[in-house]
Amino acid sequence: MEVTLKVKRFNPEAESKEPYFQEYSLEVEDYVTVLDALIKVREEVDGSLALRCSCRAAICGSCSMRVNGHAKLACNTKITDVAPTDRHVTVEPMGNLPVVKDLVSDMKPFWDRVRAVQPWLQPEGPEPEEEYIAPGEDMLHLTGVMSCIMCGACSSDCTVLEVDRNFLGPAALAKAYRFVGDPRDDADKDRLGKYSQYGGIWDCTRCMECVQVCPKGVAPMDRIMALRDKAMEAGFTNNNGARHTDAFSDLVKHSGRLDELRLPMRTFSMFDIQAMIGMIPVALRALRRGKAPSPFHKSIPGAENVRRIFNRAEREK
Amino acid sequence: MKYAFFPGCVSRGGCPELYPSAVSVCERLGLELEVMEGASCTGAGVLQEKNQKLGDTLNARTFAMAEAMGLPIMTICSTCQGAMSQAHKRLTDDPEYTAEINVALAEEGLEFKNTVVVKHLLWILVEDIGLENLKGYVTRPLSGMKVAPFYGCYIIRPTSALGFDEHPEREDSLERVIEILGADVVDFRGKTKCCGFPILTINEANSVAMVANHTMDAKDLGADAMVTPCPLCHLNLDGFQPAAAASKRTKIDLPILHLPQMVGLAMGMDPKSMGLNKHIISTGKLLTKVAVEA
Repeated sequence: MEVTLKVKRFNPEAESKEPYFQEYSLEVEDYVTVLDALIKVREEVDGSLALRCSCRAAICGSCSMRVNGHAKLACNTKITDVAPTDRHVTVEPMGNLPVVKDLVSDMKPFWDRVRAVQPWLQPEGPEPEEEYIAPGEDMLHLTGVMSCIMCGACSSDCTVLEVDRNFLGPAALAKAYRFVGDPRDDADKDRLGKYSQYGGIWDCTRCMECVQVCPKGVAPMDRIMALRDKAMEAGFTNNNGARHTDAFSDLVKHSGRLDELRLPMRTFSMFDIQAMIGMIPVALRALRRGKAPSPFHKSIPGAENVRRIFNRAEREK
Repeated sequence: MKYAFFPGCVSRGGCPELYPSAVSVCERLGLELEVMEGASCTGAGVLQEKNQKLGDTLNARTFAMAEAMGLPIMTICSTCQGAMSQAHKRLTDDPEYTAEINVALAEEGLEFKNTVVVKHLLWILVEDIGLENLKGYVTRPLSGMKVAPFYGCYIIRPTSALGFDEHPEREDSLERVIEILGADVVDFRGKTKCCGFPILTINEANSVAMVANHTMDAKDLGADAMVTPCPLCHLNLDGFQPAAAASKRTKIDLPILHLPQMVGLAMGMDPKSMGLNKHIISTGKLLTKVAVEA
């Protein structure tokens, strides 16, 4: 079959430093992957095309790139799956990272974030004579997150990293969960305190891009949500994120539905005068347009049933 | 066609213009609605951070209520749709989990039997009414209007929970609806991204930066308006657009429409009755463009 690859190119040594798209049309077998086609371009059509790959079997995580706008491992993405009818595939380097050349990204910011979560075991007490032993069943919940191959796909498409490079990002936070959840690690409290700060677990928007693009089913966002729960349980509640979750829960428990007036009021710390003042123009604009939530919040009929479900779930937990 | 209507909290709270516009558009389309007054909040993913089983129980309760009514559920919020779809997947994937949750529901005489269908109005327009039929209702085509779609995360991810395998048309349903109403689609990368609303009170700078990026990108590509099936996205893209413009020291002025408002406009309905005068970013210029008096 004939395919057309539209590849985003960039050469730092060229006269023009502007990235541009170049199209390659080539004949390939029906079963080929995007990586197969790119390698064919490099070997048979244009030797100047730069890309990074190694295992070609979705194990090493080297060939992450954007295929038709979304981060994927090029080696386990069949062309017929991403372009079933028109056979046109757009290939770009990963997002949220500097580009070295063409499809090769500079992974340094990615590794810096992973390093920042201290991704190593920190046990306390005397070192055992042999290895640290953990019961198998205590490690089972970590098998999903341990499938991470550090390909960076999640971070490429993370919507928060797009606006804030200070965010630790999904891969690093999933790795953080891997150690908080490890029964041999004794630094949970210290870790959860650090992850609760600006740039950490509460900055995630829950947009699920990372869950969608992860080629290994790690579901980084779910790990970030688990870290939020653990952080709150460990007492790190003096931040807007934890207050927001707690207030949301309390308000729905009380009336069965959200009270949009009280939610922001309870999210800000009572000492955060600046945040309160910042909301005034927004509230005034809403009032002027007749769309401010009513101060007289009504419960849903049968709200007592919702409260009973809350009480039961809280007891069970 | 009759639906158990799940309006969600925001359509009667922060976006009070959404509820009446959805109801009147459904009436015009011949969709009969029975409002689920006793259904609770879906948890919106927030409650689930703390206790996923609690969130799933609340949604199973809503499902059981609709099953007892013998009706499919209609949502008008991407976030409600997603929170319900995710809960539905966890329940259907694990019968033991469902049995545990049904113990809690039994106290109220309810049982989740796994017969419920949960559909956003957007999907109902495409799948139940059909685009060709919908075209038949258009009396004032939105010709010349350039509209940028903005989905809201929960109605497009994760695809595994949202029935995209059985309904691949859900992937570009909003673009198809824009086209059938006579408007031009402004395709832009931000259409499937986050609006920033979930972190508005946690990291306002990041949240507002997202609003700025999406609205400015769409505007640069010539959009006259943006349309969204999610009231939470609307709250941020409309309500915080002035802050976004100020942060970039520029003007944006991109009206943000709720999905039913756009459909209603094309069906010749009165803009005021659909609350088009209740937006933070004025829709006045836009309405002039489609020759409607504001």
